[in-house]
Amino acid sequence: MSRIEAEVGTPKGGFMKWIDDRFPFTETMRYHVTEYYASKNFNIWYVFGVLAMVVLVIQLVTGIFLTMNYKPSAAEAFASVEYIMRDVEWGWLIRYMHSTGASFFFIVVYLHMFRAMLYGSYKKPRELIWIIGMLIFLVLMAEAFAGYLLPWGQMSYWGAQVIISLFGAIPWVGDALVEIIRGDYSISDITLNRFFALHVIALPLALVGLVFVHIVALHEVGSNNPDGVEIKNNKGADGVPLDGVAFHPYHTSKDLVAIIVFLMIFSAVVFFAPEMGGYFLEHANFEPANLTATPEHIAPVWYFTPFYAILRAVPDKLWGFILFGMSVILPLFLPWLDKARVKSIRYRGWIYKSALSIFVITFLSLGWLGVQPAEGIYVMAARIFSVLYFAFFLLMPYYTTIDKTKPVPDRVVYHD
Amino acid sequence: MIKVYLRKMRKIPDLCAVAALFLATPVFAAGGGADLESSGIDPDNINSLQRGAANFMNYCSGCHSAQYVRYNTIGKDLDLSDEQLVDNLMFNAEKTFETIQAAMPAVDAARWYGKAPPDLSLMARSKGSDYIYNFLKSFYVSAGSPTGVDNAVLEGTSMPHVLWELQGYQVAHYVDQTNDDGSVSRAFEGFEQIIPGSLDSEDYDDFVRDTVNFLAYIAEPIRSDRRKLGVWVLMFLIFFYVIARMLKKQIWKDVK
Repeated sequence: MSRIEAEVGTPKGGFMKWIDDRFPFTETMRYHVTEYYASKNFNIWYVFGVLAMVVLVIQLVTGIFLTMNYKPSAAEAFASVEYIMRDVEWGWLIRYMHSTGASFFFIVVYLHMFRAMLYGSYKKPRELIWIIGMLIFLVLMAEAFAGYLLPWGQMSYWGAQVIISLFGAIPWVGDALVEIIRGDYSISDITLNRFFALHVIALPLALVGLVFVHIVALHEVGSNNPDGVEIKNNKGADGVPLDGVAFHPYHTSKDLVAIIVFLMIFSAVVFFAPEMGGYFLEHANFEPANLTATPEHIAPVWYFTPFYAILRAVPDKLWGFILFGMSVILPLFLPWLDKARVKSIRYRGWIYKSALSIFVITFLSLGWLGVQPAEGIYVMAARIFSVLYFAFFLLMPYYTTIDKTKPVPDRVVYHD
Repeated sequence: MIKVYLRKMRKIPDLCAVAALFLATPVFAAGGGADLESSGIDPDNINSLQRGAANFMNYCSGCHSAQYVRYNTIGKDLDLSDEQLVDNLMFNAEKTFETIQAAMPAVDAARWYGKAPPDLSLMARSKGSDYIYNFLKSFYVSAGSPTGVDNAVLEGTSMPHVLWELQGYQVAHYVDQTNDDGSVSRAFEGFEQIIPGSLDSEDYDDFVRDTVNFLAYIAEPIRSDRRKLGVWVLMFLIFFYVIARMLKKQIWKDVK
């Protein structure tokens, strides 16, 4: 180690030295921020991880302020939300940010996951990052589901009724399980209280912990890139990957632009269309929960509808529940289902490209079908798309083996 | 020139709303008549909202509460002084910070009508403005009903035709139509006025429109403020975007 390196490598003294002697601050900042190298050819698909972090922070902060005025009781919950909307200073903004944030969380996470499918980010050596990510997705679904009960509107109540009763389809333990989840024989004040506890403490804690582990695992192996080239295989004399640039200031300055564009879209919804035509805030949820009147048409919020469509497509209750569960879990196995030797879609053959395109159409169609009434042609369409959904995953070991791939370059492709 | 520009500026919230909504088509599960006539309300028309407030207090608030709505919020948003509120709108309240409570006790109402009249604070958000507009225009004479009327939008409603003095009475014409599967169902054909009211049909539509406009306002009193603020937020973000782009370009200029 040269004298200069040694000098730059250690703090010069004073306050930072005092800290660094007791806590690895400078070392951590270097490892994760100023000397964390990620490929310079990241495209738009690589902003959704950071955006998910932004939404997480929005949800945590607005959630804290909502909790200050929300009352988790069946008698008061609905009125307390209207109190926040009308009488609490800036309460409407905090509430709309939180409700809009819930939907945007899923938009951003779905796109983040799709990026991994485009560029094979789940493939070796990043399998564990993908698995942790899938766990985050599951916790996020639970978090969103618990949160949706809290306003205690008609859709909160009946949506929860439908989803919780699904667990009753499990043989032997089903009914007992449903009772444990509800804490009562029907959804009641007790259910609302435990969902509140899960929504504001248990699940966010799990979420933040998993996100932390997700990033630690990512920084251990390094980020993938649109070419699926391991940049660590081409290092310069200084040990820095030739195709990498430091997370800060390079990627942070790029991400800042993405965050602002995201905030523009987010604000457009918050300020001009917070209900988003009934998809982000369902119209029936502006009616307080009424245990004696079922709404004509119960549909879960849009982000659950692809899986809900699969559930309804199956005529049998138990099998519907099993396939519903499988449809959520299956992506977890992508690292082993995908047998292709290349990661990125850029170097894959026409078979995978077609399969992924059909999968996107399938997922969107299932999402649309999930809000339609389960009758006539919709049921048949949901069945066809359900088969396509499972075929994408279950046939993957076969079609990725026979697919003709192109040679991957040694270095990443970088224009501009 | 500046005036024209300012007038155009006022349309910015609408343009943004259209842009934000381009993906989402409304999904009202209101049921009833599938083809609802548009209410054509103008939320920015203060005069219409003031007339609607008067209509609401005179014709609705005897039976319906709006328990989340405070009189002084209405006063502030609709340019009404405390005196105007007390003299013209507050029939069942002492202080301006009180909420709108129906004169009729809910327990009695449930006994008399079979169902207590619903709270109207959020009706325009749960059912939609068009639904209420059409509902208030669709009462017709029905001999079998305890109130003497039924409603084409919500068949079997327990609400009487409160506005009969204004609209008069109409009968509904139905035709039997044979469905594809051979079953016969009743299809609504149209109304026929049998007793005229004090308002002609156009004035009655305006009366209902003002009332619905007010109901839409109380469903979300902050609506107009949030749209105005949204324009400033977006303008700030555009400015911030330009700065961030310049910063990014500067930092990345050496990356080859």
